Order: sequence, then C-alpha cells, then structure tokens
Amino acid sequence: MSNAPVDNGRRRFLTIATSVVGGVGVAGAAVPFIASWNPSARAKAAGAPVEVNISKLEPGQMIRVEWRGKPVWVVRRSEDMIAQLAKHEDQLRDANSEVEQQPEYAKNRERSRKAEYFVAVGICTHLGCSPQYLSDNFGEQVEGVPTGFFCPCHGSKFDAAGRVFQSVPAPSNLEIPPHYYIDDDTILVGLNSASEVA
Amino acid sequence: MKKLIIALFALVPSLALAAGPSVPLDSVDIDLTDKASLQRGMTTFVNYCLGCHQAEYQRYERSAKDLGIGVDVLKENLMFTGEKVGDHMKNAMPADGAKKWFGSLPPDLTMVARVRGPEWLYTYLRSFYVDPSRPFGVNNTVFPNVGMPHVLQTLQGIPTKEDVVAQVDGEQKVVGSKIVTDGSGTLSAEEYDAVIRDLVNYLEYTGEPTRLASERLGTWVIGFLLVFLVFTYLLKKEYWRDIKK
Amino acid sequence: MKDLLDWIEARIPMMRVANMHALQYPAPKNMNIWYVFGFLATIVLVNQIVTGIWLTMNYVPTSEGAFASVEYIMRDVDYGWLLRYMHSTGASAFFVVVYLHMMRGMMYGSYQKPRELLWVFGMFIYLALMAEAFMGYLLPWGQMSYWGAQVIISLFGAIPVIGDDITLWIRGDYVISGATLNRFFALHVIALPLVIVILVFLHIVALHEVGSNNPDGIDVKRPKGSLSEDEKTKFKIHEYYTNKKDILDDVVPFFPHIVLKDLVAFAIFCIGFAYVLFFMPEMGGFFLEPPNFETANPMKTPEHIAPVWYFTPFYAILRAVPDKLGGVILMFAAIVMLALLPWLDRCKVRSVRYRSTLHKLNLAQFAVSFVILGYLGVKPATVIYTYMSQFFSFTYFLFFGALWLYSKNEKCKPLPERITK
Repeated sequence: MSNAPVDNGRRRFLTIATSVVGGVGVAGAAVPFIASWNPSARAKAAGAPVEVNISKLEPGQMIRVEWRGKPVWVVRRSEDMIAQLAKHEDQLRDANSEVEQQPEYAKNRERSRKAEYFVAVGICTHLGCSPQYLSDNFGEQVEGVPTGFFCPCHGSKFDAAGRVFQSVPAPSNLEIPPHYYIDDDTILVGLNSASEVA
Repeated sequence: MKKLIIALFALVPSLALAAGPSVPLDSVDIDLTDKASLQRGMTTFVNYCLGCHQAEYQRYERSAKDLGIGVDVLKENLMFTGEKVGDHMKNAMPADGAKKWFGSLPPDLTMVARVRGPEWLYTYLRSFYVDPSRPFGVNNTVFPNVGMPHVLQTLQGIPTKEDVVAQVDGEQKVVGSKIVTDGSGTLSAEEYDAVIRDLVNYLEYTGEPTRLASERLGTWVIGFLLVFLVFTYLLKKEYWRDIKK
Repeated sequence: MKDLLDWIEARIPMMRVANMHALQYPAPKNMNIWYVFGFLATIVLVNQIVTGIWLTMNYVPTSEGAFASVEYIMRDVDYGWLLRYMHSTGASAFFVVVYLHMMRGMMYGSYQKPRELLWVFGMFIYLALMAEAFMGYLLPWGQMSYWGAQVIISLFGAIPVIGDDITLWIRGDYVISGATLNRFFALHVIALPLVIVILVFLHIVALHEVGSNNPDGIDVKRPKGSLSEDEKTKFKIHEYYTNKKDILDDVVPFFPHIVLKDLVAFAIFCIGFAYVLFFMPEMGGFFLEPPNFETANPMKTPEHIAPVWYFTPFYAILRAVPDKLGGVILMFAAIVMLALLPWLDRCKVRSVRYRSTLHKLNLAQFAVSFVILGYLGVKPATVIYTYMSQFFSFTYFLFFGALWLYSKNEKCKPLPERITK
C-alpha cells in the first residue's frame, strides 16, 4: 500500500454509481422471470371470448357457458321476473350495485345491457362455489321472491339480477363479465365491445 | 464488430452443413423485417403446405400479430376449416392415412428452417424434376427419392432435369444439373423463385418467431452492459490505484 | 442497528465468515485475467440454477410432452425464449469458463502441493458437470437429445459381461424412453445440482484453507516469525490466517479488490454472453444442434451424430480406438489422468513462468491437442480424421507421461523472492 491519499469523494461517487447501475441491471434481469408468470398464449387462447347463441332460450330458462374456466350464466328473464326486481330492494345489501362487480353498462337495477337477458359469472362471491339457479322455488329461501340463486355451500342468496341478500355470508353481488351483443341472437362474453382488443 | 464476429464464425464449418447434401445450395435472401414477403409466404403456406404438413407449435394468431395481419383478414383469407384464431396451425389429416399415402408422416414444418436451413429449403423447393419411376412421378435433386409430390407444379410448370456440360481439361464433361420447366406453369421462373423465397422467409420466421424481438432486446442489454463495464472498470481502477505493482 | 447486528452475530457468525472469507481474506495481488474464471463459473452456476427452476415451471418431463413443452416455453410463455436461451447458452458458457479455469490451474501449477485436494474436488465438479450437461441434453427430446443419449449410454455396453444389463438398467427400457427421460429429469433438476453445489462449497473451503495460488507460483504466506514488520501486509488480515503464518505485503483483501476485478471480468463476460444469447443462440449449430429442432424419432437416426462441443475432445479419443471397450477405457483414462496431475507432476516449481522450455512446449502441445481433438469430435469419422484422432490422442497422453518423466529432475529458473507483477 502506498501513502498516496485516497480520493474519498471520487471513490464514494463511483461506488454509488456502480451500485445504482448494477441495481438497475438486477431489476432488469428480474423482468423476464416475473413476466413469465403471466398467463401464457395458451392460457389466453383458452380464455378467449366466447360466443353464446341465445335464440332458443325460453323466458325463465338459463344456459351455462365456460369462459376462462369459469361458468357463465345467461338467463332470459320473464316480464314478471324483471318487475319483481324492484320489489325487494330493501332486503338487499347493495341494491344499486355500488361495489365494482360489473362493467359500467350493467350498473342498473337489472344489472345487464338488456333487461331481458342476465349475464353473470356463476361463482359465489363468498368462497367460490357455484350457486344453484332456482327459477320458481326461490320463495323457500326468501319469502315473496320466486326466482333467485342459492349457494348450497354456505347459504348465500342472490336475486335474479345477482344482487346479494342481507344476512348471508357473501359480501357482494355476483360478478358481471364484460359482454356485448354481436346481434340480437348472439352475445359475446369476454369483451366490452367489438372494437376492444382481447 | 458484429460483422467481424459473424465472419469469424463463418470460418468455422457449421454443423448444419456437415450433414448436407452433395448438391450445391442456392443462397436465399432472408429478411424477417419484410412483412409483405412474410405475408405472401404465409398465404402460400396455408394454401399449399398446410393440407398435408402442419405447423403444430405455431398459432394462427401469433403469425397474424407478428406479420401485421388483422384478425378479420386472417379469418377471412388464411383460415379455412373453422379453427379459432388462437389455435395451432394444424390440419385434419389422420396420421395413419398420411403414413399410407406418403410412406411416412409429412414432417411438421414449424421449425423445418432450423433443422434444414433456409438455403436447403429454397433449393429443395426449386429442385423437383419429372421422374416416372417415382410414385408421384417426380424426384428431387436435393432430397433424392423424396416421398413428397411436387405440390407447386401448377405454379412452376413441369420441371425436367438437364445435365450441365462444360469444357473441363479440354473435354466435354457433365459438371452438374439444372432444372428447366416447360413453361406451362402460371408463373415465370423469376416469379416462382420469388414465391419460394417468400415461403422460406415465412418458414424461417415460424422457426423462431422471437428472432427480431431478441435482437432488439439484445442491443439494449449490450448497451447497458457497456455502461456497467465503464463504471466497474473505473471503480476497480480507483481501488487498485494505491496497490504497488 | 448495531444492536441488531450484535444480536445476530452472537447467534450466527455472519460477520466472522464475511471477514474471514472476503473482507480479510488475503489474495495475491498479482492474480491476472486467468484468475477470474472461478468467479465466472460460480455466476454461471447461479444462472443455470435460477433459469433451470423457471424452466421446470413449464417443462413437461414425459416423452409425449417434452418437445412440445419446450416449444411452448419458446413461443407461448412471456420471455420463455429468453429463459430457455439463457439456460442453453449458459450450459456451453459453463464449459468455456471451466476449461479456462482448468487451463489456469495447469499453467500455474495450482494442483501441486498443498492444493492436491482442491484440484481433485475440482475434477469431481467437472465430472458432475458433464453428467449434468449430458442428462440435461436429453430433456428437450429432440433428435440429437435422443440419439446422443443412445450413443453415450451404449458406451456402458462395452463393459464386459454385465455391460448389456447395465445399459438396460440405466435406460429402464429396451430403448431410451419416457422412463429414461423421467429419471434423467429427476437427476438433472435435483440430484446433480445438489451434488455440484456441495462440491463447489467444498472446493471453496479447501481453497481458503490453503490459500490462492498466483501466476508466480510462490507462497505469499511465509513461516511464522520469518518476516519483518516492513515485509508484512498493511491490510487487515483475519487472525485465522495471521496466527498461522506471516503474510507478505503482496496480498490484497478479496473484498473489495479482487471482487472489483472479478466484476470487470463479469461485465465483459456478460457482453459476450448476451451477444451469443440474443444474436446467435444456436452458435452455428454448436450450442443448439439443428437436428434437435425435430422431435425424437426412435426409427430414424440423424445423418451425423456429434455430441455437444464440450464433450467432443473425449469423444474423439473414444473413436480413435478401433475397439469398443478399449475406446471407453481410454476415454475415461483421459479424465483420470487429469485428476492424477498432482502426483504425475513431480516438480517443486509451480508456475510455467519458471519451468523448463520442455515443460512449456509440453503444456502448449497439450492445449493444442485438446482443441484439435475437440474439432475432430464434431467431424464425421473418415479415415483421415481417424488417423488424426489417433495422433492427437497420443499427444494428449504423451503430455502426462512426459511430464512424469522429466519433472523429477527438471531444470527450472530461479524463483523470485517476492511476487513480481
């Protein structure tokens, strides 16, 4: 070791600068490792939007389709069912859909684009069971409400617009997936509009 | 720098060529940035190749996205059997039937350019010639006794092999062969070569769809590393300044 | 903060280890560019482990799914291609730095007393690394994976009497199959990495016990009491070392001085690594062989089978012998000879700098033979290449035989008293 004075300022600057550049390098190197956990092209292809043909659906009937591995319900509601929706709102937890469980266009009493058709993700917001559709015997669960969804796992109850009743375990209304009408007979589940890119 | 390194490695005989055929291969102008060429190549691929071969690791959507083809155009013009855009480029030919018809399963073409090399493909697809002794009536100078018919004959015309004769040491000798056509194809010789070039370009792309992204990212990474090198070098010098040599 | 560190230190000796093995570890100040490859090998090992873990997240170890899952990683997983190329390029980079690291040891006599065990641990790492690379190469389940494994496993068939039973046992089937793939996968991702990490740990423990060698090959640690205060290093060196020996003023602490040197080398290495990785991951067919982009087909052998480049010197020796068992024996002998170096070299002078011209020439011809054998190993076995393989196999072994003979009474130059540069 010589006795030459150590230039501490320069040394400190270079140490910090190298550490910072090195830190950026480590962060950059971490990107591919983190990004590789995103859904792959295969998962995306399997989770692609689904077309649902509703031309043969009778009033009161429901069909299930699979979207991103989850059940999606499409219910054609009768006039009575739609009329009923306004009558039991005092028993609901979130009658006006304040909680973000639906796209903007479904933030209404019917929670749908068209009152006649109800599209929802059939997964209970409590712990992920799939509730049953009770088209005419829901009255056994909630008096005076003939149609609704009942989750057998922990007894959560939802009305025909997927709105959750008070004093059940589920905290919020059923989720409404993005969807739009390609034409009068076809719903596309998975996108908000034709111009949106998947 | 890059050119120099490539030149150095060009001196090392490549393994890809070690197992190559005895016919000299023609060079082909591969340009993965030429999207028009890639799009034409994909069209040729789905129209002429996909009937028997598959690209079972490549998705339609991926090709369309990388080649700048819109989803509507893709569905309309490049997909014929009602697949989804996210599906792999497969055909419906039963494997057992294929074995019976061609003697062996037509190989998957996703990475054929990485197995054979683009020059091989380019030469191969331009080297069919009439040979009545073969089941499909054609043979190939690059791949003798190949089990594949000349699918592009309507484009090229009927090709025949002719000996190339030259003066060697004062004697007339056969020094090679060339392919000539009878002109019955819908394309001229130059147009046919261009179609094959586009097709090979597309196959080169499907072999490694990330090639361009890789080079883009690589440039940034190396640039960053150069900066890092400067700092580490200065820091090292700073600490070693007072160590007596 | 100080209290917390003291609390930890009283329970686990973190600072003591850091001081002993980095901050106050004496390293000769003349360690040159040849001394960075150990550090780089460690870096590549980390790269292989991390990218390997990430690859297993999407890889499917079955004969039906393996090939497709690799292409799934290459195409469908975000940045999957980068992780895969990092792993495949890393495999070759590992051997590049390990071969240079071994060459360094041979040049400066780093295998000589008292570093015999250090060298032997290194040889075990090298063996484990070859097994690891070989098994890893089967996993993509391409044509070269399949037929390369076929050829290598068949080598064991050369063992008299039990050879056929052993190959059957290794494969777990009559041909290479899903059973073989599954066991190779298990060994490649768990067993061998564990062995390598433990061996590397032992390698470093052994190194720090005997101390690093240097290009002059003279000791920087002298007998206790033989040095004046002036001659002793002014750097703070851990008492573990100073209690046993006096340490010359020719050392620097490992941290920061050597680490910074290694860091510069690391940056340069990364640039080269990134260039191959991003611009030519196949490396002209040497890192990723073209037939391996075709799925394994037990019915069709590729026209030309060559092992990956890092095995080819030994493969050339194998092919040089016209007898199956003889070839296998000679190939393994080529590796055993390296492991025996500490006892074959009877000279007391370590560094090639001060050894005889004969030794310099011998070492040079060994390096050249090794490289040429590597080249011959990738070429088809024609008559002329076979003759060349035989010649250079001979010169390969000649190195060890000649060394043993002349090293006993070798005329060396006088060693310097202190480290030169």
